[in-house]
Amino acid sequence: MLDYSILIDHWDVYMQGFANTLKASVLALIGSLAIGTVMAVFRIAPIRPLNWIGAAYVEFIRNIPLILIVFVFFVGLPAIGIRFDSFTAGTLGLTVYTAAFIAEVIRAGILAVPKGQMEAARSSGLTYLQAMWYIILPQAVKIVIPPMGNQFINLVKNSSVLGVIAGLDLMYFGDLISSETFVTFDVYIFVALFYLLLTIPLSLGVGALERRLAKSR
Amino acid sequence: MDFVGAYAPAHLKFLLEGFVVTLEVAFLSIFFSFLIGIVIGVLRYSRIPFLSPVLAVGVETIRNLPLLLIIFFTYFALPEVGFKLDKFYAAILALVIFESAMLSEIVRSGLNSIEKGQIEAARSSGLTYTQTLWHIVLPQALRRMVPPIVGQFISLLKDTSLAVVIALPELMNHAQIINGQNVNYVIPIFLLVAVMYFVVNYSLSLVSRKLEHKHI
Repeated sequence: MLDYSILIDHWDVYMQGFANTLKASVLALIGSLAIGTVMAVFRIAPIRPLNWIGAAYVEFIRNIPLILIVFVFFVGLPAIGIRFDSFTAGTLGLTVYTAAFIAEVIRAGILAVPKGQMEAARSSGLTYLQAMWYIILPQAVKIVIPPMGNQFINLVKNSSVLGVIAGLDLMYFGDLISSETFVTFDVYIFVALFYLLLTIPLSLGVGALERRLAKSR
Repeated sequence: MDFVGAYAPAHLKFLLEGFVVTLEVAFLSIFFSFLIGIVIGVLRYSRIPFLSPVLAVGVETIRNLPLLLIIFFTYFALPEVGFKLDKFYAAILALVIFESAMLSEIVRSGLNSIEKGQIEAARSSGLTYTQTLWHIVLPQALRRMVPPIVGQFISLLKDTSLAVVIALPELMNHAQIINGQNVNYVIPIFLLVAVMYFVVNYSLSLVSRKLEHKHI
C-alpha cells in the first residue's frame, strides 16, 4: 500500500516540480519549433551552404546524448564565462536537442506533399510563397501533427534531465522529498504518476490523430 | 581551454575505458530487450484474452515514463523493498525494462505490416497458427524490423549516458571526473566525448539507412 501522506504532506513541492516540468517542456517546444523550422528550411532550400549547415546540425545533435548537451550549457559554457541558472541551462539543452528531431519531422512533412501540387499551384498563377503558404504548408501541417505530438511526449519525458542539474523539475523535487523523508519507492511512484498525467493523454491524442489521418488517406 | 592537457594519454585511455562500459551496457541491454520485446510483441499481436490487454497497459505505462525515473527506481527504490542491485546491473535492468517496451512496439508493428492474406494462405495450406507465425510471419517481419531496431539501438547508446546519475563508470561519468580536475579541460573533453558518440551513432545510422533502402 502506498503511503499517501507523503503525497499530501508534500503536495506543494510536487506541484512546483510539476509546474516547472510543464514550463520547461512548453518553452523548449516553442524554441525547438523555431530552430527546427529554420533548420528544415535550410535543408530544403536550393542553396548549398545552407543545406550543409542544416544537415550538420541535425546529424550531429541527433547522434549525441541529451545529457551531454545539457552539461555543455551547465558546465561547459560557464568554463568560458557564460553562466545560466540550472533551469535555463536545462531548458536550453532540451531546446537544442529537440530542434534536431523537429527539423526532421518538418522536412519529412514538406517533402511528403507531392511535387505536382507546387507545379499546379505555380501554373495557376500563384507565386512561390503563395503556393507554399496556401497549398503546401496546410497539407504538410496535417501530416506533421502526429509525429510532432510524439516529439512533445519525448520532450516531456526528456525534461527529467533537469533533475540531474538541480533544475527544479519534478525529478529534482522527487529526489528532494525522498532525501527528506528517507522514502524512495513511494516518492518515485508519485513522481511517475505525475509524468503519466502529462504523457498518457498526449499519447492517446496522438494515437487518435494518427488513426484519423490514416483513414483520410 | 587547455586542449593539450585535456587530451593527455592517460585521459584518453580513461575515456576509452568509459566508452567500453557504455558499449557493454548497451549491447547487453539491447540483447535482453530484444528477446523480451519479441515475446511481448508476439503475445500482443496474438490478441490473447486478458494477457494482451494487461501487456498493453504495461507497455504504454513504461513507454510514457522518463528513462531517468526508471534508473532511479531500479537503483534507489528497489533496495527499499529488499532487491539490491549493483550500479552496473541496476542500469542494465532499467534499460531493459524501458527498451523492451520500445522494442515490443517495433515487433508488433512489424508483425502488423505483414498482409493478412499471407496468414490466411498459410492457414488454409494446413499450417497451425504457431507454424504460420514462426515460418511465415516472423521471418518477413524481422527483416522489416531491422532499420527501426538499429535506430532504437542508437537511442539506447545515447541513453546509457543517463546512468551518470548513479555514477556508473561509463563515458559520461569518466568525462565528468576528468572535468573535475581542471575547468580548462571541460570544453575540450565535452567536444571529444561528443565526437566519440557521434562517430559510432552516425555510422550505425548510415547502416540503418542502407538497410532501409534494401528491404522496402
